[in-house]
This record gives sequence, structure tokens and C-alpha cells, in this order.
Amino acid sequence: MENVTSTAAGTDRLRLLRVLGPAHVWALGVGIVLVGEYMGWNFSVGKGGMIAGLMACWVAGLLYTCVAMIDSEVTSTVAAAGGQYAQAKHIVGPLMAFNVGLFLVMAYTMLEAANAITVGFLLDTVAGMQGQTGLNQQPFIVLAIMFLAWLNYRGVLATLTFNLVITAIAFIAIIALFMSVQLGASAVPLDFSAITSDPLPYGWVGIVASLHFGLWYYLGIEGTCQAAEEVRSPARSLPYGTMAGIMTLLIAATMTWYICSGLMPWEYLGQAGTPLFDAARVTGNTSLMVLLFVGTAFATLASANGCINDASRAWFSMSRDRYLPSWFGAVHPVYRTPYRAIVFLVPIALIFALGAPLDQVVTFSILSGLLGYTFMTFNMVMFRNKWPLDKIKRGYVHPFHPLPTIVLLILCSTAYFAVFLGYGTQLSAMMCFYIVASLWFHFRRYKFVRRGDQFTMPWPKPHGY
Amino acid sequence: MWNILEYAAWALSALFGVLMLADLIRIDTTYDNELLISSREGEIEATAERHEI
Repeated sequence: MENVTSTAAGTDRLRLLRVLGPAHVWALGVGIVLVGEYMGWNFSVGKGGMIAGLMACWVAGLLYTCVAMIDSEVTSTVAAAGGQYAQAKHIVGPLMAFNVGLFLVMAYTMLEAANAITVGFLLDTVAGMQGQTGLNQQPFIVLAIMFLAWLNYRGVLATLTFNLVITAIAFIAIIALFMSVQLGASAVPLDFSAITSDPLPYGWVGIVASLHFGLWYYLGIEGTCQAAEEVRSPARSLPYGTMAGIMTLLIAATMTWYICSGLMPWEYLGQAGTPLFDAARVTGNTSLMVLLFVGTAFATLASANGCINDASRAWFSMSRDRYLPSWFGAVHPVYRTPYRAIVFLVPIALIFALGAPLDQVVTFSILSGLLGYTFMTFNMVMFRNKWPLDKIKRGYVHPFHPLPTIVLLILCSTAYFAVFLGYGTQLSAMMCFYIVASLWFHFRRYKFVRRGDQFTMPWPKPHGY
Repeated sequence: MWNILEYAAWALSALFGVLMLADLIRIDTTYDNELLISSREGEIEATAERHEI
């Protein structure tokens, strides 16, 4: 059978298809995130005003630059599906790995559900503009999830090539809006007078509170490393795609803040549903309106698509190590995708998309992401301590260690506080969920794990062991 | 028009769901489960990218 790989030991094994390049990695990371520029980030302006929105944009940008650098170094070395889960397994230990795997699945599945809800909201808006009230959003929410799941089921190359095209269009739409406004295409001039007349309407605490939604600008860029087992050259492609991704997002985020803050009063911007689309409407230019509507729709679909890809890889990877039932660790013999994991996560995404409010779904996604970033800090320190630079070769070595780790930890702590200000109950509930899941894993599940088989990297013994 | 689109969306959703489930059942009944879950992490490392200085 030509789709089966024979190993050196003579046994036949299926494995994921190694077909992706740096552009696909970029499309995966930016595709998941770019929807945050089209909606969500602007609530940071509502929490603290225009300046707070800009500070949240740049502070969160610093946080995610640290995430991207740390992730690039570790992932270029631990190049396996599951990303941070595989990193935790090799560097910290099984219980941490189980938790990180759950963070990933929860963060991406929730984000996928949130994106599907947004697709329904967008179509409802269009229907409303055409005079149709009371549109039933459910069929469109379900269709978005089913279509993208089917695409993921059929193969990773088509899935991420599709993501590359629609993400590029969504990014170009932001640049087009920025350039058009700069060249005078807007009927309304840019107005930043609120920066001086009403700089911090809620004081300094408004800046801290705004950080919660500032994360939206970049949330999910770390998803690039889920593609580790499907890129042709992980050591080169993953750092390249991830770093290009965070640079793209820093540019897109700053442009987005600039245009939206200049065209709309902060009081409106702080509660707008689709800020970039609204900014295009303010310009009075029909072409820009159409382009930004298409950009919003594409960014939403790209994000949901990337989330299905990443959540399924994390679930597949945990199952392959028997952290979860091994049945989910199957590879499709023709399409070479983790097809059982993809199908299994569809009803879970549907339940949250159809049954939970958007802000709750988003908050659970953000909290799971934050827990993952916190893990990265001590993971990085342990990685450098156990395997110093002269011990194993890395595809990328991030500069100024341990400064990015320290900065990341400080910013994560601040972000927890910011989330606690608005969603303390959800934060507590989420922590309880992960504690209960950890107890289940420790007492009931770990006995099924093949303890020796899970450590696969041909590394030397850790320093000091 | 939107009513028709709603029905079309339901129909397409069902179609994609059936396509995935039918293929999943076909694959699971055609191939040995041991082969399907035979993937192992790290084979890349052993063959292509060695972590040696």
C-alpha cells in the first residue's frame, strides 16, 4: 500500500503528510488570529479609552512577541504534532502535558465556536441591511463548522492553502483601508482629538482592564507549532512562519487601531460589533465597505478553519500517547489527517456555538490561552537548563534569554488580573475544571499511558541527570 | 431568499456531515485498527533532523 510508511524496524506505519511550507505556517497562525483585528479588540477601547486601547495593543504585542520567540525556539526542536503539549511532555512531565493539551483543545474549540457564532451574526447583519429581520442564524453556524471540518478531514494541504488565500485577502483589506484613508478616500477626516481632550476616561485602571481585550489582537499565533509534524522542514519553517506571523499582526493591529480610533468616537468604537467594517462604512466608500465585509467574513472563516486544524492535532497527539483513548489517535490512510479527532470535536464545537453566549465562549478561550502562555515561561527556563545551547541543536535560538520569559510572566500575571476584573467567576470555574481534570488524569488515566514510548526525541540526557 | 438560503445551509451541513461519517465508517471497516493508530511521534527526528551540534 503506497500510503503506508515502512519504518526501519520493518513495520508499516501511517503518519501525517509532510507537505507544508513556511507560507502555510504563516497562514495557520495569522489565519487564526486576524479575526481579532476585525472584532473584539475594540472592547479594550471601551474599557479605558483610546490611549488605553493603543497601550493594550502594544503591551499585548510585546507579550505575544515573547510567546512567538519562545515558541519558535522550543518548537523548532520539539517538532511534533500537539505543539506545546509535546513540549510539555518532553520538558516538564506528563501531568503538565495533559493540562497543556487540554488548554489547547479548549482554547481552539471555543475560538472555533466563537467564530461560527460570528458568521451567523454577520449574515444576520447583511440580512438586516436587506430588510430581512429575524434571520435564523443556526443553519449558517452549523454550515460553517461542518464545511470547515470536512475540509480539514480531506487534507491539510488544501485546508491551509485555502487559509493562505483568505487570510491574505483579509490582511490586504486592512492595508487597503489604511492606504485609502491616508490618501483621502474617506468622507470623514481622521480625528484624534480625544487623545488630548479625554485621554484616560477611567484612569490608569482602565489601561489594565483593557489588556484583557488587547489579547484579541494576537490570540492564537502560538497555533503555528501544531503544524510541526506536517511541515517539510520544521526547524526552518516553524520559526520563519511564526516570526513572520507576529510581525504581520503587529502591523495589522497598529493600523487597525489607528484607522478605527481616527474615524469613530471611542464611546462608539468601544462597543462596536464589527469595528473595521464600521470604519469602512464611515468612509462612505462602497468599494471599501464591500472589501472590509469580505475581509471580516474571510478572517472569521480562516480563524475557525485554523482552530479545527489545531484542536484536532492536539487531541490526536494526546490520544496517540494514550493520554486519551487511543482510538482518537488514528491517521486517515488516504488523506493522512487525524480524521477521528476532527469528527469527534465537531459536536463539541456545535454545542458551544449553538448553546453558549459569545462572551463566555471567548473568555474561556482566552483563559485557556493564558494558562498556556504561563506554562511557556517555566517550560523555557527548564528547557535551557536541562538542555543548554551547547547540548542540542536548535532551529532557532531566541535572543536575550531569560528577559522574554520574565516579561511574559509579568504580562501574563497582569492579564490574569485584567480578566479577573471582568470575569472572576469564569476564571475560578475554569481553574476548578482543570484541577478536576488533572485529578482524573493522575488517578484514573495515567495507568494506560505507555510511559517509555511517549518520549521520542533523540536527545542526550538532560543536564544534571 | 433568506428562507431558501436557510434550507440550503441545513442541507449542505447534512451533506458534509454524511460525507465525513460515511468515509469514517468505510475506512474503519476497511483497514485494520492497529494500522490506523500506528502513527508514532518523533519519526521525523529519527530520519531527517538530528539534534546534534
